[in-house]
Amino acid sequence: MNNTPLLQISDLHKAYVLDGVTIQALRGIDLMVEHGEFVAIMGPSGSGKSTLMHILGCLDIPDAGSYQLRGQDVTRMNSNQLAALRNREIGFVFQNFNLLPRTSALENVETPLIYAGVGKTERRQRAREALARMGLAERLYHLPNQLSGGQAQRVAIARALVTQPSLLLADEPTGNVDTITSADIMNLLDELNRNDGLTILLITHEQEVADRAQRRLSLRDGQLEAQA
Amino acid sequence: MNWYTALQLALRALWRNKTRAMLTALGVVIGVGSVIAMLGIGSGAQQRIAAQLASMGTNSLVVRPGSVTRGGVRTGAGGITTLTRADAEAIAELPDVVAVAPSVRVTAQVRYRGTNWGTAIEGVTPDYITVRNWPLAEGEFISRRHVLGASHVCVLGQTVTRELFGLRSPLGESIVIKGLACQVIGVLTEKGATAWGSDQDDAIFAPITTVQRKLKGITHIERIELAASDRAASFRLIKDIKELLRQRHRIREGKPDDFRMYNRAELAQTSEESARVFTWLLGSIASVSLLVGGIGIMNIMLVSVTERTREIGIRMALGARQRDILWQFLLEALVLSITGGVLGIFLGLGGALTVARFSELPVNVTLGSVLVAFLFAALVGVFFGLHPARKASQLRPIVALRYE
Repeated sequence: MNNTPLLQISDLHKAYVLDGVTIQALRGIDLMVEHGEFVAIMGPSGSGKSTLMHILGCLDIPDAGSYQLRGQDVTRMNSNQLAALRNREIGFVFQNFNLLPRTSALENVETPLIYAGVGKTERRQRAREALARMGLAERLYHLPNQLSGGQAQRVAIARALVTQPSLLLADEPTGNVDTITSADIMNLLDELNRNDGLTILLITHEQEVADRAQRRLSLRDGQLEAQA
Repeated sequence: MNWYTALQLALRALWRNKTRAMLTALGVVIGVGSVIAMLGIGSGAQQRIAAQLASMGTNSLVVRPGSVTRGGVRTGAGGITTLTRADAEAIAELPDVVAVAPSVRVTAQVRYRGTNWGTAIEGVTPDYITVRNWPLAEGEFISRRHVLGASHVCVLGQTVTRELFGLRSPLGESIVIKGLACQVIGVLTEKGATAWGSDQDDAIFAPITTVQRKLKGITHIERIELAASDRAASFRLIKDIKELLRQRHRIREGKPDDFRMYNRAELAQTSEESARVFTWLLGSIASVSLLVGGIGIMNIMLVSVTERTREIGIRMALGARQRDILWQFLLEALVLSITGGVLGIFLGLGGALTVARFSELPVNVTLGSVLVAFLFAALVGVFFGLHPARKASQLRPIVALRYE
């Protein structure tokens, strides 16, 4: 439907200061992701994975280099435009789920729609549907601490997808769950990619998780290299 | 995000910390309550003073003869006999003078059948009750005809009536004042004590001419009381009357006045002023507690922002803009202060009613004071909520999200 890649970054640099020491987290990243791709980025801890993820997710801005999401130059956007981009184009799935505490599954999934300005009735409806698709129709009013790790992560995925974003960013989505649940979640992502054409960019340090992706990249010393 | 949704978010967040929210609002409840109660008590005191002043006749001036030095001897006030009814009539011609009441006074033992009573007899003209703002209870007051004819009639104050007649009506009865039989033609209503404690109802009123000629044997008068159209006019009139009387009494430049003037309006103004100061004092002491309540809100909101840093980060990741976060926290502060304000109004009204019931203090809670206290509370919410809310909204999403 369109020829521009979903995501295109070139020569991206990012440094941050930790305890007075400047760390060059990213030193010239080039990456292009097409619509419908399933890409895994691997790397040991401290390789700059999370920093890259935050920049891709428009939560942080790079020091240098360019980043275009659906042809829009992200590096020139103000905080409101970035918020809108996070709301409409990106769905996040985090290692520790990051559900809003003491807030029901349904309300958690509704939250991005609130910021998208969707009316209450439609919001409820879409949140219910998203949870039902994740097999959580029976868990609408459960609080995060009443859910298992797998259920919590599926609520998080439902929340990430309820706005129908063009990109799903998953940061170690299986990092906090057991092996069986991990396989469940990967099957789910696989299915979303295959059946719905959802573009997924996943960060992990587990080889078997990365193996589920079509394309694998590894991040080493702030630079990306393709993996066989 | 619309207002309704934002408000719902704020309410839900507060509901999750019910106890804390209630305790925070309590500061505002007490603040608003005490402001309303204190202003009510102050305003009640103001009203009581105003009522007392009105019973004395405000906007009124009193002219009395001055003292004079004759051969080194200074007579006391009232030692001069130059003040006359003609002076009073001349004063009545001045602009802004509503009514003028010249009078003379004598104390005497008054007899009625078997009883007697020592009291003051005021010789007055028909305008006296206008100037004093003193209505009749029954009968009639001294008329022009009575004054012209120096008639043997009198009007009684309530105390005298009680002492001489008990519960019977004195109308038409005859009392004897210094050997002079006077027919009672009217009774005045109860006036009460002056602000200084003397009983205004313990007096008998007779035509000025009767008292001058038949009881005292004088031709001058001892007092002129007059009502000005308003308070400002009463201050202007002091100057005008001074000029008029100096001219009429042919007092040369540099010589002292032979009369003295007292302005009741001045006294009224002083009393009202001090009542106002009293109200302000009570109000400002109470506002301090409202201020403390506001600081409580800020304190809790700051704690809340720190505690919920991660939540803020998640919301930002999900697409919340800075102003969405700002409004969420500001609305939480506003809900606390407005709820506190509404409950405080009830507490204040309750407190004022309790004070009114168990003390002699009059209490007057005005709509104005309620509105002021409530708006002040809302303002406190905005003022003290803004800083934490700004702090929350200006968090960097990545920093907030990583916060442990």
